[in-house]
Amino acid sequence: MNDVELQQLINRVPYARTLGIEIGEEAGCFLLPVKKSNIGNPTLPALHGGAIAGFMELSAMIHVLQHSHSEKIPKVVDFAVDYVRAGKYVTTYSRCKLVYLGRRMINVSISAWQDDEAAPITMARAQFLVKD
Amino acid sequence: MALDFEELNCFIETILAANDGDHFTTLGIRPEYVERHRAGLSMPYDKALVGDPDTGVIHGGAITALLDTCCGFAAATALDDLGLTPTIDLRIDYMRPATPGLTVYADAEVYRVTESVIFTRAIAHHGDTERAIASVVGNFFRMELDLFAGMRRDFRAAQVLKNSELKAGGSGNE
Repeated sequence: MNDVELQQLINRVPYARTLGIEIGEEAGCFLLPVKKSNIGNPTLPALHGGAIAGFMELSAMIHVLQHSHSEKIPKVVDFAVDYVRAGKYVTTYSRCKLVYLGRRMINVSISAWQDDEAAPITMARAQFLVKD
Repeated sequence: MALDFEELNCFIETILAANDGDHFTTLGIRPEYVERHRAGLSMPYDKALVGDPDTGVIHGGAITALLDTCCGFAAATALDDLGLTPTIDLRIDYMRPATPGLTVYADAEVYRVTESVIFTRAIAHHGDTERAIASVVGNFFRMELDLFAGMRRDFRAAQVLKNSELKAGGSGNE
């Protein structure tokens, strides 16, 4: 799937449009530009932790779609996220890594950062099930 | 200092509804109840949250955000005064897809409070807690309450102002 096809697929997913996720420059990388509807704390201001988690889950899902050779949207079995730094109201980046690509079970690790990839704001892992 | 649950309820309602267009109103999260070590929220079905356009099922990320928020509010009921409890981590198990068109409810409880960490768990469901859509465990940071002194002062000042405006508006209608 090339980037144009992938962006078309993302545009078909309402939740992806709600968050405003975009494809990054490198494979498995995505970005979340600032958007008022992702704010959780207006005073700081800071992103909602749920919006960051949703962005990471969605990043992993798109990454799986690119690699699973299935047109079907993969099912998330479980998702775990560690928040280590506050999510400021700036562009957030994600990088997904396929830890295990099986015929049915797929495990992805995801990290998200803002200023410096070496200082992530959150780390997550997701387990997907793909059924034909 | 004991936590005033009526005030916490107001605080939660303010967080959820005061800033139109933020992530809370985008998800449409509503308060259901808040009591010691427990909180409940609901999130009506909304097409903007759909993750699979072929089935109309809402995306797991929206459920994650709902459960994170619900566990966070339950954690706030374990504090001695109004304060915020940042999420340390969450683990979500998705047991079955949410049904398109139905409201998702979340029920969270605190099961352990220590000096620095509040341990919570929650489920998301459509009204039947025996048929959970997702279950979560989440740990929250119990920070020094002094850190939120300014936030409490501002919130209370805004509440006083709001109540006096309500009173003034009420007498004007009589």
